[in-house]
Amino acid sequence: MSKPFMFEKPVGMRDTLPAYYQTKNKVRERMEKEIDCWGYLPIETPALEYYDTVGTASAILDQQLFKLLDQEGNTLVLRPDMTAPIARVAASSLKDQAFPLRLSYHSPLFRAQQREGGRPAEFEQMGVELVGDGTASADGEVIALMAAALKKAGLQDFQIAIGHIGYVNALLLDVVGSEERANTLRRYLYEKNYVGFKQHVKSLPLSSIDEKRLLSLLKLRGGQEKLKDAEELVQNGEAAKALNDLHQLWDVLEGYGVSEHIKLDLNLVMHMSYYTGVVFEGYGSKLGFPLSSGGRYDELLQNFNRPAQATGFGIRLDLLVEALGDTEELPEQTCILFSKERRKEAIEEAGQLRESGKRVVLQDLQGVENVDELSEAFAEVYYFIGKKQGGASNE
Amino acid sequence: MSEPLTVAMPKGRIFEEAAELLREADFPLPPEFDDSRKLIVDAPEADLRFILAKPMDVPTYVEHGVADLGVAGKDTMIEEERDVYEVLDLNISECYLAVAGLPGYEKTDINPKVASKYPNLATQYFKEQGEQVEIIKLNGSIELAPLVGLADRIVDIVSTGRTLRENGLVELETIVPITSRLIVNPVSYRVKDARIDDLVERLARVVEEDEA
Repeated sequence: MSKPFMFEKPVGMRDTLPAYYQTKNKVRERMEKEIDCWGYLPIETPALEYYDTVGTASAILDQQLFKLLDQEGNTLVLRPDMTAPIARVAASSLKDQAFPLRLSYHSPLFRAQQREGGRPAEFEQMGVELVGDGTASADGEVIALMAAALKKAGLQDFQIAIGHIGYVNALLLDVVGSEERANTLRRYLYEKNYVGFKQHVKSLPLSSIDEKRLLSLLKLRGGQEKLKDAEELVQNGEAAKALNDLHQLWDVLEGYGVSEHIKLDLNLVMHMSYYTGVVFEGYGSKLGFPLSSGGRYDELLQNFNRPAQATGFGIRLDLLVEALGDTEELPEQTCILFSKERRKEAIEEAGQLRESGKRVVLQDLQGVENVDELSEAFAEVYYFIGKKQGGASNE
Repeated sequence: MSEPLTVAMPKGRIFEEAAELLREADFPLPPEFDDSRKLIVDAPEADLRFILAKPMDVPTYVEHGVADLGVAGKDTMIEEERDVYEVLDLNISECYLAVAGLPGYEKTDINPKVASKYPNLATQYFKEQGEQVEIIKLNGSIELAPLVGLADRIVDIVSTGRTLRENGLVELETIVPITSRLIVNPVSYRVKDARIDDLVERLARVVEEDEA
């Protein structure tokens, strides 16, 4: 690569300018408040983690990790998600605290994706992890909280799709018999290649009943009534457990009054391989990308030697702001222009105005190139100029 | 009614064929779209809007959600690897991907080169074959490459084989059959599920009838 121009930044990196910052901050504050009200305690973890711990546990594709070496030659990664770091903390620094733990975060994540625009390599995510609770109430709480946070952020017309990895696995395994063959089919699902899935199913030596069972999986999306259809496709213990989870979850969500935003989608399979049970994704109608996601990951914590059931969600702030579509106005500011003879007076005035809650810029006249241009940027301007005392002109 | 469903399509023959399928599925499209240079064509009666794009770009429009649906060749889908649902094989514009070269081509050890419009797909294919080649990306008239010595083989789509023959090339290996697919944006698939499911089912019936 040739030497970059001085204004350039690495692919996928973005600047946050004041207006965008303001907007993002408002959204973040509103959601943070809601999450706080539900009793989740915010934590922070470092931007750099070991590749061998968080890097391998995180399930983000290896080629999407930013890697570097520390002075001892250990491979480090810029954290690609927050679930693995929080699992690490829950299993180590917080190991003496009783489960369940309710933790929240908002922090930038890093994923190398150097293809084109619209796909930042650094983005801010806000979310929660509920660690050490395996109940449907926990799954429901996390989904309801995600809905509440999105609502508080100002997103009205959102939808959440809910699936269950356990059900998909049980059905595939029940029909095709081996983990390997189930894997091939599962892969078509997470690649969203339904044509390939159908073609592959037809190429397998299956009875027409079994073939139909697999093809019916693609139709299992809609309201609560789909659980009945799902039951008819497979009855073994694993599947029954998964469907029982979903029945209970639906009840919980009705209790929270959020079921209007919920659709079942039993073929929702995400590439995040640590998910073990209920999975979900949130969508806003104005944006082509899912803006939040989450699910149950009951096996991740054992990598950090404190086995525990857990569930959580993450909301992409950058995508949420895009989905909301409006930019906040920058707050109004007052300017006090002074000449050095009256500096003291100006400082006092600024102090009082700031005390009353105004945003005040205190500016020495000598440091200004163009007074008219400067004044235009402010809602009001006070002048403390010239030698004589008193009579601050105000416009 | 809310906003129309937006469908991204390649201009020309595929658009015609896909529109015909939609008519057969009882979507009230006008009998003919005036062959203007318009890039956005509305069909208000059917509550559809068409975006006419380059074939390679269709999955991009759909992935970013500016089109809810799209019609894209499997070749483009493999090459572009976009995050979209591939829901239906429309069985139109059938062709296949093949490796072609000059007659009597023999594998060479001296830095074999392959020219293609599909660099990712070609790389993937030769990797699977365990053959190390260098890929040269071209944007069209791929048949030129072996004729002028830019590459010794090409990877391209073949429908009748006429272009290959007329340029004195022969097919060496078949890679994969290609048809046009109906693709869907992942958010639209969920948020506009009722309308999209209806469209997919109606089209599926037409396509499967044709098959039978």
